[in-house]
Amino acid sequence: MTVQGWLQIALYVAILTALTPVVGAYMFRVYSGERVLLTRVLGPLERIVYRLLGNDPEHRQDWKGYARTALVFSALSFIALYAILRSQPIHPFNPQDFASAPWDVSFNTAASFVSNTNWQYYGGETTMTYFSQMAGLALQNFISAAVGIAVLIAVIRGFVARSGGELGNFWADLTRTLLYILLPISVVGGLLLISQGTLQTLAPYVTFATLTGGEQTLALGPVGSQEAIKQLGTNGGGFFNVNAAMPFENPNGLTNFINMLLILAIPAGLTATFGRMAANRRLGWALYGAMTLMFVVGVGIVYAAETNGSPAQQLAGLAGSNLEGKEVRFGDAGSALWVVVTTVASCGAVNSAHDALTGIGGAVPMANMMTGEVIFGGVGSGLYGMLLFVLLAVFLAGLMVGRTPEFLGKKIEAREIKLVVMATLAVPLLALAATALALATKYGAPSIYNPGPQGFSETLYAYVSQANNNGSAFAGYSGFVQPDAGNAGSSGITFADVLGGLAMLGGRFVPMVLALAVAGSLAGKRVTPAGPGTMRTDTPTFVVLLIATILIVALLTFVPSLLLGPVVQGLSTQLF
Amino acid sequence: MRKDLTSSIAAIAVFTVLLGLVYPLVMTAIGQVAFPGAADGSRIARAGKVVGSSLIGQDFRRDSGRADADGEPILEADPVYVQSRPSATGYNAAGTYFNNLGPNNAELRDLFVANLDAYLALEGPDNPGLRRSDVPVDAVQTSASGVDPHISPQNAAIQARRVARARGASVDRVQALVEKSTDGRALGVLGEPGVNVLELNLALDRELPAR
Repeated sequence: MTVQGWLQIALYVAILTALTPVVGAYMFRVYSGERVLLTRVLGPLERIVYRLLGNDPEHRQDWKGYARTALVFSALSFIALYAILRSQPIHPFNPQDFASAPWDVSFNTAASFVSNTNWQYYGGETTMTYFSQMAGLALQNFISAAVGIAVLIAVIRGFVARSGGELGNFWADLTRTLLYILLPISVVGGLLLISQGTLQTLAPYVTFATLTGGEQTLALGPVGSQEAIKQLGTNGGGFFNVNAAMPFENPNGLTNFINMLLILAIPAGLTATFGRMAANRRLGWALYGAMTLMFVVGVGIVYAAETNGSPAQQLAGLAGSNLEGKEVRFGDAGSALWVVVTTVASCGAVNSAHDALTGIGGAVPMANMMTGEVIFGGVGSGLYGMLLFVLLAVFLAGLMVGRTPEFLGKKIEAREIKLVVMATLAVPLLALAATALALATKYGAPSIYNPGPQGFSETLYAYVSQANNNGSAFAGYSGFVQPDAGNAGSSGITFADVLGGLAMLGGRFVPMVLALAVAGSLAGKRVTPAGPGTMRTDTPTFVVLLIATILIVALLTFVPSLLLGPVVQGLSTQLF
Repeated sequence: MRKDLTSSIAAIAVFTVLLGLVYPLVMTAIGQVAFPGAADGSRIARAGKVVGSSLIGQDFRRDSGRADADGEPILEADPVYVQSRPSATGYNAAGTYFNNLGPNNAELRDLFVANLDAYLALEGPDNPGLRRSDVPVDAVQTSASGVDPHISPQNAAIQARRVARARGASVDRVQALVEKSTDGRALGVLGEPGVNVLELNLALDRELPAR
């Protein structure tokens, strides 16, 4: 570990903390319907969109209506994306003449992008037309992110509602998210990346002779526009197979830093938006504090573990850090920080090979995902997951001290707690059941690449990542056998594709509907003013309680599985 | 429900046009006009011909004239060039993938041992006293992208001695070019310094041509 490395990490946390209230305040104004700087330009466009959709933005929906619209829209998005992926031969913008990937791989990919997971069994530059990348995958980067944020805003409205059971208008929340938040930041971020060397072209691949007489082909494409929204929407699906490790996606230390800021900007900012909507900004900061604390500890562990090196290199007599699967321009610190940023957020973009992380270095990203992606988490989905944990913490505290549990002046009762428990247990159940199925039957074996505990870790990582909608991978785990570029003769590993696809859809939409149900249940409740007997939720004590709840409920579920894989490897120098 | 369906279909159509086509195409137009070299892959030309991209690493090994058991030509390091990091993909920039060998994989240890031995055999004669534990990690461990354009300054300094001898030039002159081809940390703090191997080798060919 070096001073320079820690400086970079400290700078990141400082800038993120400074951005949080700014981004949060801006989003608060957008969802309150206040005028912002861009209203003059985008207001007319917003009204045209409403007219085309036949939507009255003043019409407010209850939780069931809101959930139904979100589900119908997501289902049709899934069908549209699947149709695009399966019709590649007739696409415009297909200079490399790619055929479609098989049905099972396309199913997995469509589920992946609609659920904001962006797990990739395919390699972008060998599989996808530029049209699929732009109008299929990058479009869903926008849409799935906006659905998550819209649902969160509706959930918060339910938590803070003074009267009535309505949560808002789905189409208005979606359109405002897309036009006022995701699009403008993507334009600015994308142009910044392109100026540094991220590609942005529609030209075909180019081949030339190298200095020593070999041949090299450069894959090209409209990368910058996709890279910006992929990070901003915590999507994470790379244009290239090696994602943001590819210099054409992420050319230098500056773009690496910008990418990481784009990943956490909105999830962090939303804590401040929540604080403003709840008329208690300290509460927003309390949630930000709990998230940042867990985040920083994770960074420290990964950074230390990777600097120590791997057993394989120590036994080979190579001193120094574990740079296997890492790029020189990012180094240990820039890679370790990214590993944690991308897994606390449900982003999943990678700038290093997670399969090559040391045992302990690989345990941290898994643990981050196992918390249910609530340490920042996905845009929107992270915070509504966190709010469910807040209710759980309040409830547990209430049991301990014998008071009626309250949050934001509303009583937390049996119905809410039942829904919360269902939501927090659904995803771990899904992840563990899928892992068990893949390991206990013969169908999971063809996907595994590494022998020994690492093969177990690959499987566990795959289903934890997909069920939690993260999308990063121990990438040896495969669901697509592609002998050549262009999909000629390729086949999917159907079991892995379908099981993973179902895990992603379940992990996305079950908690989403349950969170809306909790909000709907809270929306109609009377607010009682805080008295001396009220337990405060904006204090350091509560932050500690919240972290403890997350660690106990989420992590304990997974400890036995972590022991079998990464911990075994982290504690021994045995090779397999 | 019916209303949800019609609105959803309209929304998908509207946003596909707006965000799926207009947005990336306008970004492409702006990128091509404002940052033409960068948006096109930072290509480097020599004598009018493209020879690489400053962002994409290359293999600087040459055909040894021998073949392996499968009839594939065996490559050997070209002594007049600074060598890139080991790549699991043969510097494939059109079909990237990770090496994916885990930290406790015996195959990974064997790969490291082979790479270490090869590095010591190549650089040892010009660097007397170079021990295994002195070898920089980036010279032995494969990169993430398989096309890492950089090596560490320490790695370049070791290779500079061999390249200087092969080109009949002084080590100092080679080392000066190494320093010219080094990309520092962005803004002095972000990322790590690295020597751009393709740019360095082009500078070597230009300034200190091999006889």
